[in-house]
Amino acid sequence: MTSFPEAARVELANAQLRANLGKATTTIRAKRARVVDEVPDWEALREAGRAIKAETLSRLDGYLVEFEEALLAAGAHVHWARDAAEANAVVADVAQAHGVTEVVKMKSLTTDEIGLNDALAAQGIHALETDFAELILQLDGDWSSHILVPAIHRNRTEIRDLFARTIATGPLTDDPAELAEASRSYLREKFLDARMGVSGANFGVAETGTICIVESEGNGRMCTTLPPVLVTVLGIEKLVPTFADLEVFLQLLPRSSTGERMNPYTSLWTGVTDGDGPQELHVVLLDAGRTRVLRDEVGRQALQCIRCSACLNVCPVYTRTGGHAYGSVYPGPIGAILTPQLVGVENAKSLPYASTLCGACYEVCPVKIDIPTVLLHLRAEVVRRAGSPAERLVMRALAWIFAGRQRFAVAQRLGRVAQRSGIRIGPLRRWTKTRDLPPAPKESFREWWNRERA
Amino acid sequence: MSARSEILQRVGDAIRGAPAEPVAREYRRTGGLDADARIELLRDRLVDYRADVHEVDDVQAAIASVCVAQHVSTLGVPPGLPGEWRPGGVEIVDDHGLSPRELDALDGVVTGCTVAIAETGTLVLAAGPAEGRRALSLVPDLHVCIVGRDQVVELVPEAFDRLGELVREERRPLTFVSGPSATSDIELSRVEGVHGPRRLVVLVQP
Ligand code: SF4
Repeated sequence: MTSFPEAARVELANAQLRANLGKATTTIRAKRARVVDEVPDWEALREAGRAIKAETLSRLDGYLVEFEEALLAAGAHVHWARDAAEANAVVADVAQAHGVTEVVKMKSLTTDEIGLNDALAAQGIHALETDFAELILQLDGDWSSHILVPAIHRNRTEIRDLFARTIATGPLTDDPAELAEASRSYLREKFLDARMGVSGANFGVAETGTICIVESEGNGRMCTTLPPVLVTVLGIEKLVPTFADLEVFLQLLPRSSTGERMNPYTSLWTGVTDGDGPQELHVVLLDAGRTRVLRDEVGRQALQCIRCSACLNVCPVYTRTGGHAYGSVYPGPIGAILTPQLVGVENAKSLPYASTLCGACYEVCPVKIDIPTVLLHLRAEVVRRAGSPAERLVMRALAWIFAGRQRFAVAQRLGRVAQRSGIRIGPLRRWTKTRDLPPAPKESFREWWNRERA
Repeated sequence: MSARSEILQRVGDAIRGAPAEPVAREYRRTGGLDADARIELLRDRLVDYRADVHEVDDVQAAIASVCVAQHVSTLGVPPGLPGEWRPGGVEIVDDHGLSPRELDALDGVVTGCTVAIAETGTLVLAAGPAEGRRALSLVPDLHVCIVGRDQVVELVPEAFDRLGELVREERRPLTFVSGPSATSDIELSRVEGVHGPRRLVVLVQP
């Protein structure tokens, strides 16, 4: 993968991205703060959320077996996938068994992670993305930049132009309502005739075999109720022990994520219901590196993540560089700790450095993942495994600089001065090169962050 | 080795010796509001989501006037919708397994619900006789939902107390509805009604 410093340099130069991203993250941050502040027991909910997830992980094998048994008893088919290829093959096999060449799909990071759409395409099966933002990305051949609002880097005029080129049946303005209507009528026809749906899942309940999805638009409901066949792919970390545990997460997730008291639609289904929804259900339980993460006592808390994206919106690095710079499906602070663990730190060395350790991500995380601690832990791992003494030195220097706010600020200013005068500072060279190449920001993200918070 | 046994073995190896994690549930489990205040809060939250909320004495007459105001001529209903709710003046279509295209041809749908959560402005449909299949309340563009006074709880955990048995014993599918369908994906402007019903009308019985 492209390293974070290289990718960030490119993304920092994209003014549209920075403007959209700045506006979007500021708006969501304020909304979140408002609806979190009104909950008197927020800290108790966070603690319960953390503990439920930690408990699930600490006895995950038992919960997986319980989940499987409940699903089987409820008429679902259960598949286990060690890696992406196995999971993708299950979905393709189900499609082929039904002679299906197009499936309707709801947004799912897990299926992005395993590259499901490409794998299906290779088998002649088109996976139609049905979330508004995902549709935009698919039509444009772009990829996601934010967990929650994947098209955060597109403005309305760009969307209008894209729709006019692709799905619009008549003239179109850039009024958001009109743009939404264009996607609604295009996808409605697809939903009504769909023969197979594909979804991810927010939660799976071990006790009952219930699957829970949380969404806004209703395309998830369409994908999971109208087609006669449904395949749900879920990472093994998505389980919670009991149905009642959802009462915690359905309070934590929407407020942390979109800053709403509750998202418009949450669907829960427990196997096949006679005469209601898909009559053939498949559930794919995916490992793909999760058991590797689980082995690390410090790092395993990354698996508690409920993908709310609150940590992205408060991150001074993310809000400046955007999601693409991380070069991974999971961007932002959570991506910086989850991706290196899923794919192995040796394959994502720079990601644990894509942070200033300011701690804002930990403060907002609804399941209390201590991201700064895990970052430091992974940095140590990178240094331990670094090949050459020079590389070890660079990584140590980076860690030392990032470990102190003061040091980081000074190093950064030095970097700017150095750049203007054409000097490259020893072990800092790699970082200064990225941070300060033209157009050199007049203000660093840390300076900006301090001003923003003041 | 099968994928199943291999994954379970990897998990077992990874967590061997991990301490059990006690879960403290110190969050609010019961609310403090009386029935009137609960309904007031529910209304407030739903209006915030841009749903239409009315307190009505005569459900049937209220549905009829919603139908007139919203130009509804065909109205889908679950087969178990009480007779005294069914309005005149429109064609009532009972959902005995309508196809997606037949559902799409309806102007609106009326359902009941199982529980409503005041604090979050949420209606929970649990596939009961008056609630119908999941697709029924999804495809038509207008959803009119009837809420009984005793169905309104204050907090999310109170709703889960009422729903647990339906899921555990009967495996009922659940749909939580909090306002009309919406997206914020276009420069974060909220736009109602992307795929689900664009209009949500809630009629609360006193
Ligand atoms: S790490 Fe925490 S804050 Fe970040 S996406 Fe996951 S749950 Fe949300």
